[in-house]
Amino acid sequence: MYRILKKRMLNPSVVLLEIEAPAIAKKAQPGQFIILRVNEQGERIPLTIADFDRQRGSVTVIAQTVGATTELLAAKQEGEFIADFVGPLGVPTHTEGLKKVAVVGGGVGCAIAYPVAKKLHELGCEVHSIVGFRSRGLVILEDEFRAVSDVYRLVSDDGTTGVKGMVTDALKELLDEGHVYDEVLAIGPLVMMKFVCQLTEAYGVKTVVSMNPIMIDGTGMCGGCRLTVGGKTKFACVDGPEFDGHQVDFDEAIDRAATYCEFEQRAHEETCRLLRGGE
Amino acid sequence: MPNMSQKKNPMPVQDAKLRATNFEEVALGYSPEQARDEALRCLNCKNKPCVSGCPVAVDIPAFLAKVAAGDDEGAYDIISASSSLPAVCGRVCPQENQCEKYCTRGNKGEPVAIGRVERYVADRHLAGDAGAEEPVTPNGHRVAIVGAGPAGLTCAGDLARLGYAVTIFEALHVAGGVLVYGIPEFRLPKRIVAREIEGLKAMGVDIQTNMVIGKVLSVDELFEEGFEAVFLGSGSGLPSFMGIPGENLRGVFSANEFLTRINLMKAYQPGAATPIYRGSQVVVVGGGNVAMDAARCALRLGADQVSIVYRRSHQELPARAEEIEHAKEEGVVFRLLSNPVRILGDDKHCVTGVRCVEMELGEPDESGRRRPMEKRDSEFTIDADCVIMAIGTSPNPLLRTTTPGLESNRRGGLIVEEETGLTTKEMVYAGGDVVTGSATVIMAMGAGKKAAAAIHKALSEKKA
Repeated sequence: MYRILKKRMLNPSVVLLEIEAPAIAKKAQPGQFIILRVNEQGERIPLTIADFDRQRGSVTVIAQTVGATTELLAAKQEGEFIADFVGPLGVPTHTEGLKKVAVVGGGVGCAIAYPVAKKLHELGCEVHSIVGFRSRGLVILEDEFRAVSDVYRLVSDDGTTGVKGMVTDALKELLDEGHVYDEVLAIGPLVMMKFVCQLTEAYGVKTVVSMNPIMIDGTGMCGGCRLTVGGKTKFACVDGPEFDGHQVDFDEAIDRAATYCEFEQRAHEETCRLLRGGE
Repeated sequence: MPNMSQKKNPMPVQDAKLRATNFEEVALGYSPEQARDEALRCLNCKNKPCVSGCPVAVDIPAFLAKVAAGDDEGAYDIISASSSLPAVCGRVCPQENQCEKYCTRGNKGEPVAIGRVERYVADRHLAGDAGAEEPVTPNGHRVAIVGAGPAGLTCAGDLARLGYAVTIFEALHVAGGVLVYGIPEFRLPKRIVAREIEGLKAMGVDIQTNMVIGKVLSVDELFEEGFEAVFLGSGSGLPSFMGIPGENLRGVFSANEFLTRINLMKAYQPGAATPIYRGSQVVVVGGGNVAMDAARCALRLGADQVSIVYRRSHQELPARAEEIEHAKEEGVVFRLLSNPVRILGDDKHCVTGVRCVEMELGEPDESGRRRPMEKRDSEFTIDADCVIMAIGTSPNPLLRTTTPGLESNRRGGLIVEEETGLTTKEMVYAGGDVVTGSATVIMAMGAGKKAAAAIHKALSEKKA
């Protein structure tokens, strides 16, 4: 059992949880992920590590309430426990030798992009952060991002905050202004990462994406997380989760992510009904 | 007087039609009368050919004699002196290729049903109130075991009996390894596995779940924490695919994923939190136990038709004879001497079928089996909305990529000394699928046993 040290709703559908897990905190690196189960009957879900505190012995995860398990997770309170928490899994982000990086985050993907931006900033790298949300009420980690970014661009789909538009528009602007990045790091919805990669490919800028496919064990056993990268089958849990975005077959990844869509929708509705007290 | 019947006592089973709709155990087990009658078929040969066929060398004639004499608990003591998991082995060992293959009775008629009697003995013991094993005096030495599957559990059991303080680190949220995530309930009920693991805990074995060694702790850190030897039994790793077009279509799964969802995550139960894809026309590629398990699970999830596609003939099917027989009885269709060449999909990238080619057998290859070759112009299509790849796995890469000093062979298996399981790293031993790639439960147990003996010898010499 793993204790919830802190819980905060970052917006109505995004929850931050700081979990007591000293052994994992000791080893965690930006870019890695954990797998958790909320309760004894729960499913295993992977979440990328949003932060860690080696002194406090804690690991922070941020989740959007998109399904049954994340709803149950968001319903937990500080001081309560979750059944299982295992990690750190996957390969950490490569940050060595980077001098100037554009970090592109979309929606809840910003939660994963932030620790990388923070680490790059600490290493003395020039960080340009481009973050996008659907709407003003959904913005997360704004102060945190500003604190570690040399340039901070906020965009929204509906123009209620920042500049109206897509992250790709803002990135294109910066590229056209003549900024030369060692690397672009894109983390967000698959479609967003796909279009960021299309843009940067045209500009010839190396782009790394963080994939979050279907996964069970997270240790290379189930093969559910396989992707086609550069024409070869790769396993996100042990080969990733970060990959060269120009090599990833996004269309296939988008199709595969929809495998359990109907089931998940039904389970989500059922869970919401139960959490509201069986209305 | 021995029972001279040429036939084994048949195993009582659930009716095939009925069992194809549930996950209850298929084989129901011998009654005391059947077990005694079967045990009496043993001729008690002096040279004990059966024992030489057992990877953990159970004294088979001795335990059969106890059963024949009505002393089931005495029989259990004999089996458990060699095997840590008798109730498991009696169910999942490929006896026809091991002990029973060498049984003298098999020269004329059927061999003694050693596995069935073993299962009877273990089940009687578990059902009884047999109490915990006698406590052992701790010897003050600590051994770490990575992976709570058959290799690790066996190694742990043997070392604990010798007085070692044993800690098992398991990556998943429950112990058991392939016994819980791979082998289905209808072949190996999970309560049996849980009982065997409870037995180990009662002996003082500490099991820490959610611990991925190589990530949260390195092997070197285990030594720093005071463990004097480490056994690696982390099991199989990446599932193999064929490398044919269409393998990443929606509806194509590795057997590991399909079975893990069902067995570990209980996705077949109503209201389960973990989803499972219920195909109506399912094709399973492969001919081993895992393929049979996947096919029979697909039937139980309500598929209209389940086909096994295997590139060799019936004779070469690597699965246990009983599983093949049970799968056939339940209605699984065998498309033998057939090999997939591509998986077909629609515009939504969902599977619609498997394009196969007919095969014929040529000269024997390096495995000693006749090499399958494609027949020209023999392509055909099997309609399918779900395809499960059960063609093996490669050893788990997590430890070899994170542990300096561990060397592996070209297939990714850890290099070990045959007799001891010693790896290329001092005081680190390994056994099971992490060394061999996909093999059997009993092979892994045999390797765990050898390593336990070698660890005991090495640590005893160090002490002296």
